[in-house]
Amino acid sequence: MKTYDIVIIGGGPAGLSAAVSARKSEIESILILERDKELGGILNQCIHNGFGLHTFKEELTGPEYAGRFIEQVEELQIEYRLHTMVMDISQDKVVTAMNSTDGLFEIKAGAVILAMGCRERSRGALNIPGYRPAGIFSAGTAQRLVNMEGFLPGRKVVILGSGDIGLIMARRMTLESAQVQVVAELMPYSGGLKRNIVQCLDDYGIPLKLSHTVVEIRGRERVEGVTLAQVDEKNRPIPGTEEDYACDTLLLSVGLIPENELSSGMGVELSRVTSGPVVNESLETNIEGVFACGNVLHVHDLVDFVSEEAAAAGRNAARYVQEAGKRAKLQAAADGADEAKERFGEQTDVEEESRSSAKQDADVAAQSRHQAVEIRAVDGVRYTVPSRIHVERMEDIQTVRFRVGGVYKNCFVSVYLDEERILHRKRPVMAPGEMEDVKLRKEELLKHPDLKTITVKLEEI
Amino acid sequence: MYDVIIIGAGVSGCAAARELSRYKARVCVLEKAEDVCCGTSKANSAIAHAGYDAPTGSLMAKLNVQGNQMMEQLSKELDFEFQRIGSLVICRDAEDLPNLQALYDRGAANGVTGLRIVEKEELRQMEPNISDDAVAALYAPTAGIVCPFGMNIAFAENAAVNGVEFRFDTEVQGIRKTESGWLLETNQGQFEAKCVVNAAGVYADVIHNMVSEQKIRITPRRGDYCLLDKSAGSHVARVIFALPGKYGKGILVTPTVHGNLLVGPTAVDTENKEGSNTTREGLDQVIEKAGENVKNLPMRSVITSFAGLRAHEENHEFIIGEVEGAAGFVDCAGIESPGLTASPAIGVMVAGIVREILQLEENPSFDGTRKGILKPQELPVEERRQLIRENPAYGNIICRCEMVTEGEIIDAITRPLGAKSLDGVKRRTRAGMGRCQAGFCSPRVMEILARECGKHISDITKAGGESRIVVGVNKDSL
Repeated sequence: MKTYDIVIIGGGPAGLSAAVSARKSEIESILILERDKELGGILNQCIHNGFGLHTFKEELTGPEYAGRFIEQVEELQIEYRLHTMVMDISQDKVVTAMNSTDGLFEIKAGAVILAMGCRERSRGALNIPGYRPAGIFSAGTAQRLVNMEGFLPGRKVVILGSGDIGLIMARRMTLESAQVQVVAELMPYSGGLKRNIVQCLDDYGIPLKLSHTVVEIRGRERVEGVTLAQVDEKNRPIPGTEEDYACDTLLLSVGLIPENELSSGMGVELSRVTSGPVVNESLETNIEGVFACGNVLHVHDLVDFVSEEAAAAGRNAARYVQEAGKRAKLQAAADGADEAKERFGEQTDVEEESRSSAKQDADVAAQSRHQAVEIRAVDGVRYTVPSRIHVERMEDIQTVRFRVGGVYKNCFVSVYLDEERILHRKRPVMAPGEMEDVKLRKEELLKHPDLKTITVKLEEI
Repeated sequence: MYDVIIIGAGVSGCAAARELSRYKARVCVLEKAEDVCCGTSKANSAIAHAGYDAPTGSLMAKLNVQGNQMMEQLSKELDFEFQRIGSLVICRDAEDLPNLQALYDRGAANGVTGLRIVEKEELRQMEPNISDDAVAALYAPTAGIVCPFGMNIAFAENAAVNGVEFRFDTEVQGIRKTESGWLLETNQGQFEAKCVVNAAGVYADVIHNMVSEQKIRITPRRGDYCLLDKSAGSHVARVIFALPGKYGKGILVTPTVHGNLLVGPTAVDTENKEGSNTTREGLDQVIEKAGENVKNLPMRSVITSFAGLRAHEENHEFIIGEVEGAAGFVDCAGIESPGLTASPAIGVMVAGIVREILQLEENPSFDGTRKGILKPQELPVEERRQLIRENPAYGNIICRCEMVTEGEIIDAITRPLGAKSLDGVKRRTRAGMGRCQAGFCSPRVMEILARECGKHISDITKAGGESRIVVGVNKDSL
């Protein structure tokens, strides 16, 4: 069985950035496994611009953004395999994968970085009643057909859901000669970025109907029309508000779900809120040496933050591998000493020292694994990533990302260390579609040696 | 001139075709859809019923029990999925216990073996997720689950390799008696046969009424279902029924042979023979009623919903036999639940009637075994490695949710009566049937279909007819 220090599952933006950062942290043996025909992941079909404002201070298209990282992967000679599906990961980090040239093969990983991304919620998950004709696409599938294959999925389009992909596709379909009639959104607010609503809908005169949903799909072979209705505060359609739209296509942009079938298969604990792994400050899951980043961890809206998060995962995985290596060496030394002691009935000071230092190291690792400070997400904060922190292992500045559960105006984001408020930042507007973050300083946390809980919440005043 | 024309390539038509291929006869199946298994046969509960529901002495009861008995052997000969997992009819009110007992008695009279009434405690042990209100249940160990597509397709493929012709996209529009038999008018021209089998599902009344003054009436009875992700597949271990009411067997909860959980159906009579659309009320009812017998159903895990039309005949009985005053015209009508279970026996019965009419001789070259699509997932690792070395397409995963390889999809397209559409591939291989519902794999399956069938991408359909997936190329109307 081949062995790599770090195996990265997925060669999208998260996997690429994690690989580059792990290599820069001096890990030689890295392997990226990618199921598609090229690196870059979903960015390859995102041909619109607006990527990289934070990372590169310029506006790139998706493929350009991915290209920047792919170039680094190539320059750093990081190994990757394409067309390769990971079938299974065992708890002791044996990765079983398959492709048509290598067949079914196993790889032993020192550390695993989960970077599988997410999938789109389908029509089925929404229980939209009606027929099941051709012409119903998730927005991402339509995006692939249009942007990568050059095919037009339909000519007269209704879009359900105002997630970013839906908004982007409203503009794309318009530019490619289709007529986008309306975007309906179940919630009273959009799930997408404000800039996308302006640039993709407003600029093209496409109406956005909030608190509306599709209540019927017509057409037996191909979509012939849909009926929209307004919904009440419990999201139930209000009788009498139905409006019929003739169309041949319904695009769905109704949410993304982290793809964690591999993770749950290996016993990774998942959060019920994010559907992604529960991680600590190192973005490490409940399984030692298994890290997660990008949309498999929690769905992001900006790829820049994916890259940033994944770079941290790469660094942390590198540190894990290096520490594990050190521990193994010391353990070997200690074992050697044991052996020597057995053989000669005595031991040198050096051996004794290395023995106790190995033990200490192991103790610290064990301790830090258990003594984590929980981060509570309450009062409008739906979740945080990470959700627990080992203070002594965190980087000097730890980014804690979160989303809010509704639209909040002129609220404060507050952070409490137990009872003490250490952050109180006013935000004019916050919405579920835009990821938020707070930064925690290690220095400050170290001042609270008995810290039990960190609380992130929204406050009115 | 054919000896026999079968109208309809659903499970009963194809079972009859396969049984008829045991004899020396020119047999043709006419199907209005683009593939086999496109009507009632594709959208049902996928259950092999034990046989305690139908009235004792009815044809329905007899064929149900027979079909159930044949299922295991047949699933091996024809290589389709079948698991005898047993069923439970849940009684939640002590006052209804006599009805449960009556069901037991009827089952015993119908010849169902192994029936047993289980009490509360045993029931809990068997099914921890059964409702706390349950007081007892009728346990039928002979009940099972089957892949409805798999069985229907297996019948059809085996019939085809034994010489039966299949004509798709061929809709029968009129039937006339001639001196030597029957003349069928279709949208694809005329067909003649000495004998006609009417296995037209919800249209069996329309076909029957073309040749007989004794009119029959088939009412499509719609049933809505929800299918849950495999993560919910082991929520129950057996088929869980409610005590039957006026409209059939109520909402059931069952694992499927593929490891999903199926919940449904409703029962709503409709006039529309194509009305397989789900409704808000229907889906709400499924969710509400399913929870009555099974607790903690993870309805968050629904991956799709669908509706099927039962071919309900007024007297709720199978109509199988030569039609009076229409010599050589054989009805196979009113095949509603337990039609799927009964289909192996229905096939034998129909073929027997036709053989009698035409005095058919045995076909010595008949081969009753068929090998299904190779499933690499079921192979031992070393065999799977060998398979990929021999055919690299088996190393290329196309549908990531169900882990279906390119090799399996090519097999599905190129075998006898192969798939021509996305739904055809889906029913044969499960590509697109998983939790992402074809979001990732549909563009790739389209590519493979286009390549293997020599078609253009824009001619690839979801399910034949006007169901094209893409309508043109970018900017073509600018």
